[in-house]
Amino acid sequence: MGEPSASRPPGDRSPTDGPPSWRKSAVRAVRGFANALPIVIGMLLLTSLLTTLVPPGSLERLFGRGEGWDVIVAAVVGSLAAGHPLVGYVLGGELLARGVSLVAVTALLVSWVTVGLVQLPAEAVLLGRRFAIVRNLWCLVFAVMVAYLTVGTLRLVA
Amino acid sequence: MFLATVVTAYGVTALLEADKARAAVAAFLPMLGMVAPVLLLVLALMILSERFFTPRRVERWLGRDSGPRAWLIAAGAGAIATGPVYPWYALLAELRRKGMQPALVAVLLYARAVKLPLLPLMAHYFGAPFTLVLSGWILAFAWLSGLVMRRFGTRTQTAS
Repeated sequence: MGEPSASRPPGDRSPTDGPPSWRKSAVRAVRGFANALPIVIGMLLLTSLLTTLVPPGSLERLFGRGEGWDVIVAAVVGSLAAGHPLVGYVLGGELLARGVSLVAVTALLVSWVTVGLVQLPAEAVLLGRRFAIVRNLWCLVFAVMVAYLTVGTLRLVA
Repeated sequence: MFLATVVTAYGVTALLEADKARAAVAAFLPMLGMVAPVLLLVLALMILSERFFTPRRVERWLGRDSGPRAWLIAAGAGAIATGPVYPWYALLAELRRKGMQPALVAVLLYARAVKLPLLPLMAHYFGAPFTLVLSGWILAFAWLSGLVMRRFGTRTQTAS
């Protein structure tokens, strides 16, 4: 099987070592968790601050200027949203009742749960800056695509 | 640093609009209570991950050459993952450190949009056909987001 890889960090186990003990596993996990906890607490604080400063109901005024505009606004609003997805469902239902297109509402729902501009700092710190930025930008594009495909599929099936 | 920045934002808000700062703190506490079970779940999963997911196993099951089954595992895990996303970043960072490919992290994160426990609520607001079709397209695009990150992921910085 051979020697440990030269690129392995010092102190790391070789591929032939068995799994660590429960105690060692718990210590390592708690250490990693403790590193992430301030970021999680920070995110919760930021989310509650944003939902207090910008209540979801105030966003309805941005819509109603045609489907193209509404889809873009919906995707952007959803990507900036920081509340529970259920809030998005309620807002989406209100927008539908006001005559906003299903495509725009779908874009809002999808970007709400796939794009996280508010969570971006946390994702960048824990998963890498480039990964976080590239992933979220593509998810913003995908939100619009998924919206049109969903509504198109429903029309086809109907 | 991040937490300090947010606390500073609270301080500024408190100076400008004390009522809103108080309301935000009042909103934070029940949110923390709601997230606490998820945090415990993530901690438990991290302990299990440390115990059983050795770097060799992660590389074999979720690494670059892990095959289509790994993509199904990632999508399935994302669909059933519950709660806010930020606690899950810690677990994913740990798996990334052990060799999980960035593409599968992206698949899992996108598949979280399915929100399995909330599907009945979505069906209540928008109908069952909408819910099923949307969930299907989300899973398809979870796979696509993985392909995109595979293209860009080779130059991804690993978190410290």
